[in-house]
Amino acid sequence: MNRFSTNLCIALILGGAAAMALLNLATAPEFGLHVPTYAVSLVGKYLCYAILALALDLVWGYAGILSLGHAAFFAIGGYAMGMYLMRQIGTRGVYGNAILPDFMVFLNYKELPWYWHGFDNPLFALSMALIVPALIALVFGYLAFRSRVSGVYLSIITQALTYALLLAFFRNDMGFGGNNGLTDFKDMFGLRLQDDNTRVGLLLASAIMLVLCLLVARYVVTSRFGRVLIAVRDTEARTRFLGYRPESYKLFVFVLSAIMAGIGGALYVPQVGIINPGEFSPANSIEAVIWVAVGGRGTLVGAILGAILVNAGKTYFTGAFPEIWLFALGFLFILVTLLLPKGVLGLLQSKRQAKPGESKP
Amino acid sequence: MTIGPVSGSLLYLNGVSVSFDGFRAINNLSLVLEPGEMRAVIGPNGAGKTTMMDIITGKTRPDEGQVIFGAETDLTRLDEPAIAALGIGRKFQKPTVFEPHTVWDNLLLALAGDRRPRFTLWARETSEEQDRIEEILATIRLGDLRRMRAGDLSHGQKQWLEIGMLLAQEPQLLLVDEPVAGMTDSETAQTADLLREINRTRSVVVVEHDMEFVRALGVKVTVLHEGSVLSEGSIDHVSADPKVIEVYLGR
Amino acid sequence: MNSLRNLIAVLLLGSVLAIASPARADDAPDPFLGLASESFDEVASAIAGLAVSGNPQAAATIQALQDETLFVGPAGDDAPPILIKTDAGFIDARTNKPVADVNEDDLVPVKVNNAVRRAIEAAKGGLDLFAADPALRTKAAEQLFVSHDAAAVPLLARALEKESNPAARTVMLQAQAAALLAAGSGSDAERIAAIALLRARGDVESKSLLQSLHETSKPVADAAAAAISSLQRIEQLWSVLQSVFYGLSLGSVLLLAASGLAITFGVMGVINMAHGEMVMLGAYTTFVVQQVIRAYAPGLFDASLFFAIPLAFLVSGVVGILIERCLIRFLYGRPLETLLATWGLSLVLQQAVRSSFGSSNREVGTPSWMSGADVIGGLTITYNRLYIIVFAAIVIAALMGVMRGTSLGLRMRAVTQNRRMAAAMGIRTPWIDALTFGLGSGVAGMAGVALSQIDNVSPNLGQGYIIDSFMVVVFGGVGNLWGTVVSALTLGIVNKFLEPIAGAVLGKIVVLIALILFIQRKPRGMFPLKGRAVEQ
Repeated sequence: MNRFSTNLCIALILGGAAAMALLNLATAPEFGLHVPTYAVSLVGKYLCYAILALALDLVWGYAGILSLGHAAFFAIGGYAMGMYLMRQIGTRGVYGNAILPDFMVFLNYKELPWYWHGFDNPLFALSMALIVPALIALVFGYLAFRSRVSGVYLSIITQALTYALLLAFFRNDMGFGGNNGLTDFKDMFGLRLQDDNTRVGLLLASAIMLVLCLLVARYVVTSRFGRVLIAVRDTEARTRFLGYRPESYKLFVFVLSAIMAGIGGALYVPQVGIINPGEFSPANSIEAVIWVAVGGRGTLVGAILGAILVNAGKTYFTGAFPEIWLFALGFLFILVTLLLPKGVLGLLQSKRQAKPGESKP
Repeated sequence: MTIGPVSGSLLYLNGVSVSFDGFRAINNLSLVLEPGEMRAVIGPNGAGKTTMMDIITGKTRPDEGQVIFGAETDLTRLDEPAIAALGIGRKFQKPTVFEPHTVWDNLLLALAGDRRPRFTLWARETSEEQDRIEEILATIRLGDLRRMRAGDLSHGQKQWLEIGMLLAQEPQLLLVDEPVAGMTDSETAQTADLLREINRTRSVVVVEHDMEFVRALGVKVTVLHEGSVLSEGSIDHVSADPKVIEVYLGR
Repeated sequence: MNSLRNLIAVLLLGSVLAIASPARADDAPDPFLGLASESFDEVASAIAGLAVSGNPQAAATIQALQDETLFVGPAGDDAPPILIKTDAGFIDARTNKPVADVNEDDLVPVKVNNAVRRAIEAAKGGLDLFAADPALRTKAAEQLFVSHDAAAVPLLARALEKESNPAARTVMLQAQAAALLAAGSGSDAERIAAIALLRARGDVESKSLLQSLHETSKPVADAAAAAISSLQRIEQLWSVLQSVFYGLSLGSVLLLAASGLAITFGVMGVINMAHGEMVMLGAYTTFVVQQVIRAYAPGLFDASLFFAIPLAFLVSGVVGILIERCLIRFLYGRPLETLLATWGLSLVLQQAVRSSFGSSNREVGTPSWMSGADVIGGLTITYNRLYIIVFAAIVIAALMGVMRGTSLGLRMRAVTQNRRMAAAMGIRTPWIDALTFGLGSGVAGMAGVALSQIDNVSPNLGQGYIIDSFMVVVFGGVGNLWGTVVSALTLGIVNKFLEPIAGAVLGKIVVLIALILFIQRKPRGMFPLKGRAVEQ
């Protein structure tokens, strides 16, 4: 773990976000360096993806758990926030119902489903964005790690988990808006979502949360706990014969990671203005894995770097050459695994350093 | 299940059997180890030596039989971490250390202490821990390499580091699987010394192929064959046993 | 409802006959007379009457009515003439003799409405009761059973008098019983006997007819109730069988999709996330083969699948070998990296197909021998599902044959069990790896041919199967082909039994969650390979 690169990364995130905020709010659109609001939200979105990547690196890079369902935690966090934003719409919806969101009126709901109660309170919604992913991770992880499901098997059942959630959220009678998801948000915490100030606020909040998550993750992986975790990743049997319970270690870090992913999702939804079941698709989770792989697995900073690089590339390609994007992404997967097993950061770092993040097959 | 009849034994195996897919890896195996004893276990490939260790350390559940540790602890009901916590340490056939970590960190993680995440998450290195690590580093002769990545050690150094980790665990009983495989002669002699030194305070079971090494240890020998005990006694006694000669030379 | 309608029909028939009788002084009433009526009801009754009359001209007349070539002439002293218009001129419906000097302006066509059409259908059916071919007679009786029109009772009675074919006779008796029950006529004993006949027949129509009865007499009502519950039990049995069939069919689809994976993942341990794309390539091969056949040899279309199967095997197999040589061999022993790289490959393959064939669904035709269905009792067996079950069985049998019986299979197993020993014995392990992977991929391609018959052929085809396929292989126990078979069929059947209870999507979710829980309880699947070798 390179302390310098982490600090540099923190400085860049906070400095960059602050600079964008300033250049958006304090400069006129004619000014050459003015940052348009759409760019503010775009970068805000990248930072949310970076939180997801960080969460994934924590479990994959340090515990060897290749989760192919991490976007599910991100999406659940997003839905919790989306539910709050839906309840904020109130009578401004198409049907003008003060209690029921539009899609419920449309689907002939007579009253709010029980699990929608409380989401008019922002604190409740935010805590749900953390608690629900944590609970799902706790139950799933408890069952999986206790019975020592690991490696590829674990990857496949995490993928099945997000696939099952995808199918479930597509159903209208789940009460989450079915195919269309939740959208048409108006405001949050009493601020209009379309305002530049709100957008900039969300960007800053994303940057701060990302830095907080990075600091927490850095503490965890450099603690004695983190060293046990790396030992578990590489030589699980050894740790067990030394008296450690690998399942407790994996479970703790899996739940922590799910919470981080939930935070990312909750910040993501107000900035993109929609959450729908597509976020649960297995492809999304795997894409997040490649962000981590590109940046450098087991480095934390690399995950952030990878998420921003790949998504910036995606924005560029899908705009300029939509045909090529999937080719590019596909080849990225292949080339990174074949030629860059330690990612961009691994390439930059000197070889002689002790590298606890280095992975063993 | 009844309690072992041999009072005062440290490890008591009675009538233990286990099969994989119809193949009986261990067949009605019985073995008694006294506290403070060092025992060498030899036998041809497939005799069940490693499977016996798997059973003692909780990796494999026996189909039948008793495995009792100390006075009355039934090991068949416990899993690996619980058995490790009781004070049974195990060295693998292939040296298994935490390669990305330094020698120092390997020993730190092995030190006896609270293993729960809620402790390790906040744990700070204490001066007692540092003293203990220094002590072990001296024993295993790796003091100069404390900051070296364990993955960069030589094969023999890894073996010693692993033995050092077992010592750090402060076990009552050490199970050592082929400690000198792949070692040079001088490393082998040093390892024999090391094991004898360890045996002063702890019981040891050594599984080994190398007859010279077993002879050098000079302890009671158990010969396994096809999952059960073929012969038991001093090295001279078992080498003279016609059954052992038949198994080793007769085919 | 039915019984009421039939009752009215009987009454009308009676009244028509009553009205018609004085019009002719001859012995028999004129069965043609009612056709001249302006009342649709009377025309309908007349049709029924005509059908029962046994008149040799009845068939031709009723046919003419259906073709709307039946006309009524002006009524003179006698009954109005009923004429059939043919290409050669008009003929008299009663006598089948040509009629000259017809002034078409005087003629009025016999008008037909829905009630009349129904009467025509019923009557035509009845007429076949007297056909020479016993199969036709049986079919006619069957139709009468379904319509259980009381009007047919006299017809059936007459037909039964001279019926000697036992099969035809049985159905006629059943039709008679149905008509009797529907009309609400007959004594208790007759009705109970009729109920017994229907119960013995035991199909859905019998049950719904029995359920429509409102019996006032207790013994009859009891007999009917007993018959209904017995028929319901039979029906449940059939519906269970039907679910099993659907389940086997879904299971075969899963099995086909997973069988290649059982080789590449199960035997070799390679996590090929592009496996679904091998299936997809097979489906597109089928599409291309059919395009070529349509363009150059349309007559061979029905055989198109037989060309597609080996070609798909080759295409996917060769692509598989290329993948192994160019990508996977660099990643052996690194399963998670293999997973990511092959996922990337799947994106590339999807986009490549999308770029060359477009992203919309491609139309793959079904050969005529694969369309249609057979009904066995209460079981509907559609041919395409049946053939997929058969195909899956053949593919699995062939695969097992290759693995067990050929030297290639022997080498494959040797390499996967002990690579170094196999190499020492002179087996060229890299080539065996490539061929094994090619075999698994080729099988996936053949699966694609089958799936092109039941699924949309689009670039996303493979993605829909990848998770299911992995679940099947893991559930069955990795490395165990029989396990894969049992697992696929079990999952298929469980899925189909859950569907009516939980709905298709929820059923799938339930199965997925059950699988996740199962794998967590038994990570090595239903039929695990045991032993120390697996632990490493």
